[in-house]
Amino acid sequence: MKTAEKEWNPKILAFLCNWCSYAGADLAGISRMQYPPNIRVVRVPCSGRINPYFIIKALQRGWDGVLVSGCHPGDCHYISGNLVARRRFAVLKDLLEYLGIEPGRVNFSWVSAAEGEKFANVVKDVVEKVQALGPAERLVKR
Amino acid sequence: MENLESSIRDIARKLLSDKKVDLIIGYEQGTLPLRTTPCFVDKVEDVQKLVWNASCDANLSKYLVDRKEKVGVVAKGCDARSIAVCIVEKQIPRENVVIIGVPCLGVIDRKKVEAKLGGKEVLESIVEGEQIRVKGEGFEFVLPKKDFLCDSCLTCRHRNPPIYDVFVGEKVPETPEVNEFAEVSDLESKSVEERWAHFKEELSKCIRCYACRNVCPLCYCKMCFVDQTMPAWFGKTNDLSDTMIYHIVRAFHVAGRCVDCGACSRACPMDINLRELVKKTEKIMKERYDYESGLSLEEVPPLGEFKMDDSQEFIK
Repeated sequence: MKTAEKEWNPKILAFLCNWCSYAGADLAGISRMQYPPNIRVVRVPCSGRINPYFIIKALQRGWDGVLVSGCHPGDCHYISGNLVARRRFAVLKDLLEYLGIEPGRVNFSWVSAAEGEKFANVVKDVVEKVQALGPAERLVKR
Repeated sequence: MENLESSIRDIARKLLSDKKVDLIIGYEQGTLPLRTTPCFVDKVEDVQKLVWNASCDANLSKYLVDRKEKVGVVAKGCDARSIAVCIVEKQIPRENVVIIGVPCLGVIDRKKVEAKLGGKEVLESIVEGEQIRVKGEGFEFVLPKKDFLCDSCLTCRHRNPPIYDVFVGEKVPETPEVNEFAEVSDLESKSVEERWAHFKEELSKCIRCYACRNVCPLCYCKMCFVDQTMPAWFGKTNDLSDTMIYHIVRAFHVAGRCVDCGACSRACPMDINLRELVKKTEKIMKERYDYESGLSLEEVPPLGEFKMDDSQEFIK
């Protein structure tokens, strides 16, 4: 029997904040919404907890894409964690793209606990984008 | 220049004899041509050692962090700005430093002079106004100074120290017409692939000597992220991936703080154009948060604060 050639599927690391996006993902799950199974979730206390180095390290370790998601501005459980994080992410994203990392590898979104559908759509979008880019090569340590 | 030099000496003498400071940090003539070396003067009779010329390239604010005594420091525009950043970040107590601000028309890049001479050794150099006279075994050239200035000086927009306690000489005209981000915009207009190819080539030269970090006036951490071993977050090899990540994170660490003194590029033994990378962070800060570092002692650094309406076009 001929074995079908293994299809490449992107692996995406998702950092989700405990209070909004993780709950949003949970809602997508319990509402039985379908979205691609390519993400692996790391639950963090707040988007402000995410050291930009986590994102860079994910790319170095060979993840094809990264998704970072937190509460909408103004809704942070810790009042301003996501607002401080927003500035850091802006600098990181601009810097990585300037260096030649493809736009689309690193993605950011705000998803609240009530936005299960948005979460499913965000994941679909990200997977599509990364699928189009192909496997990560740059920054990967061999 | 002669004038500025004698004024610096007069000011240093007065500060020391009035007991306003315990130490003056300035420049003295180096043992090699086109070189000066940092000079620490604590006795009035030694102020004659202090010099001022177009080879005074070191950023002396590096020597201020962690000092207990009161220090007077000779500072160019960029040096004064990095001192200001250190003061804002509470690394230098404001009352412990007397900034002797010197207007600066740019410092000479020795690497450019060496490249021009193609390996011939300079044995003597004299800077006369706008010209550099270099002499060596069997040759003598007169070079126009403006062609041999450091890249960071060519795009300098703060030639007069914005923050100072004593100002030496007259202020020089600023150059607001200079487009300091020309090089960065140039790279930005290229495609992602071209940029990647460019940085890959540039950064693969890196030998991880950390001269750029050691010379940086704002790299004052007691334990640098690359030196940490427990846990060892960062790869220490000169594999391209590790090198790239070192440079990305270094650029990130000076984002919103870097004053573009050009010390990292001058220190690099492999001639990597490090300014290309950190200049981008400066551009981000300017465009997104309308912030320029080192111009005031009151402003909060951009990554230390936020606004509700910060730009977020990249977040879905």
